Amino acid sequence: MSLAELICPAGTPAALRTAVDAGADAVYCGFQDATNARNFPGLNFTPDELQDAVVYAHMRGAKVLLALNTYPPAGRVDLWREAADAGARIGVDAFIVADMGVADYIARTHPQVRLHLSVQAAASSPEAIRYYCDNFGVKRVVLPRILTIAEIRELRKEIPCEIETFIFGNHGLMVEGRCSLTNYLTGQSTNMDGVCSPASDVEYVRGADGSLSSQLAGFTIDRFGADEKAGYPTICKGRYAAPHRPEGYYAFEEPVSLNLSRLLPELIEAGVHAFKIEGRQRSKSYVRNVVAAFRAAVDDIRAGREANIADLVALTEGQKQTQGAFETKKWR
Amino acid sequence: MTKLTLGPIAYHWSAETRRDFYARIADEAPVDEVYLGEVICSKRAPFHEADLPATIERLERAGKTVIVSSLAEVMLKRERKATADLAAMERPEIEVNNAAGLFERGARPHRIGPFMNAYNEATIRWMAGQGATHVCLPPEMPAEAIAAAAEAAGALGLGVEVQVFGRASLAVSARCYHARSHGRTKDNCQFVCEEDPDGMPLSTRDDTPILRVNGIQTQSESYVDLLPETARLIGDGVTHLRLMPQAADMVAVAAVFRQVLDGALEVAEADARLAALCEGTGLANGFYHGTAGYRRIAMAAPA
Repeated sequence: MSLAELICPAGTPAALRTAVDAGADAVYCGFQDATNARNFPGLNFTPDELQDAVVYAHMRGAKVLLALNTYPPAGRVDLWREAADAGARIGVDAFIVADMGVADYIARTHPQVRLHLSVQAAASSPEAIRYYCDNFGVKRVVLPRILTIAEIRELRKEIPCEIETFIFGNHGLMVEGRCSLTNYLTGQSTNMDGVCSPASDVEYVRGADGSLSSQLAGFTIDRFGADEKAGYPTICKGRYAAPHRPEGYYAFEEPVSLNLSRLLPELIEAGVHAFKIEGRQRSKSYVRNVVAAFRAAVDDIRAGREANIADLVALTEGQKQTQGAFETKKWR
Repeated sequence: MTKLTLGPIAYHWSAETRRDFYARIADEAPVDEVYLGEVICSKRAPFHEADLPATIERLERAGKTVIVSSLAEVMLKRERKATADLAAMERPEIEVNNAAGLFERGARPHRIGPFMNAYNEATIRWMAGQGATHVCLPPEMPAEAIAAAAEAAGALGLGVEVQVFGRASLAVSARCYHARSHGRTKDNCQFVCEEDPDGMPLSTRDDTPILRVNGIQTQSESYVDLLPETARLIGDGVTHLRLMPQAADMVAVAAVFRQVLDGALEVAEADARLAALCEGTGLANGFYHGTAGYRRIAMAAPA
């Protein structure tokens, strides 16, 4: 059976302490700049804050993983190198990377620090994963959210590194690290700037008929009737019209949240080493509830007890949830 | 000398359409290099891969350099096999679009495709050290980054390519959105994507055209048009300009770009002709100018 580490989000120092106290085996976080894929206002760490966070986590037996998982545009690579140097100096337990240039730099300059391959690298085959393991010494791959459990089980036999999968939280539809939708509408890039459907470009506009449009950079991503709850305008979760679907439909996916709690025992059995909870942008109380519930469930499963899955299912209370690609190929 | 290239067909055009298309490209299009192969969906490949040797022969006889491009997404057994088979080819040249292809190809020479995320000089240097001879930059890169990447690639002796025409690839997914729009899944898609030779249009609920669906790929509604920017691209060290095949008169599109490269046509006149060739489709250059990709930024008047 795998170790089934719980990898928890930390958007702020307070969220990091909360996650550690609630039982995280590791937390992941980023600096306050484009070097990570959650470069949102008010989030993330200064080097000093990260230093304190690492001390706090290590004293309690938890690891700190630093996300350097965006793609530096040419001419700006130094920002990523400096972030890696700072992380190494501070003593983070691993870097989460996507860009080959960044991976190469860390492998050569800081070989003592573990490298994890970010989901942003979109490595979804044994060959792609082995490319990163062979060339950069990657010790763990965060799998794209597109494989079924049966496929993960097979993959496990063919790669020389650990597997981490997302189990809970926001569920992106596009292959991570290959999506420029936000840049197309807003001019800010997910890959280069760490930005996705940014709040600064969001507007909710009330129509004469009482409907509410949720807009991103002036584009109506969805429109809601007076009796509907308006959602955030994430491009891949909007409603659009096609010639044969003039009424508008969720062309990519409904606004659902990933929740694999029911599949947790199977994922552990399939050999997944670590489970990642999405949500660096979420509140402390959210982090506390989700981490504590998954901690209890993973401990139960590892001790051979029946896990109280109902608590985990209830976490997405009021929200639609999905098991995404993990349960069946029909998702595709 | 700057080369004009024709990228791989992104859509599910029928075998017959493809044969006619490439026959005309071979005979009439003033492009130097042509990329073939299925990049988007492994289910489509059986429809046209049998024609590949004849198409290569036809284009090479017409003096074109031919490169075969690999799949952007590699997950299933058939996709892994297709990638391994391609990587084993001695000739023609290959363009790799997934790290699985890099693994299979090893140090043997290859080109880096636009899906490989070669965003910066450090990555390009790494790739060059592993056998890359040429790199096509991601379509969302702004001018300053293109210039810095091109300088580094040029110093390493690599060709540097930028898409200057056609819909930009904005995303790929494991899910087929063409199938989804018809209430099907990828496994029982019945190849409904064949109905949309220029992608399936999506518009917002207030009727603004916004995106195009091409199977697992999402594309821009507008065509990228960097015709007015070609002089700067070339000045910055870009060696290859890529035209993506659209359901438009691609021979005429290529001719317009060729004339501008040859100095035989003023940019303003050329761009007007290009707009006429693209009929109702908007032209955009926002990514290049570091702003929203859908935008059309007027070139500043010469100082």
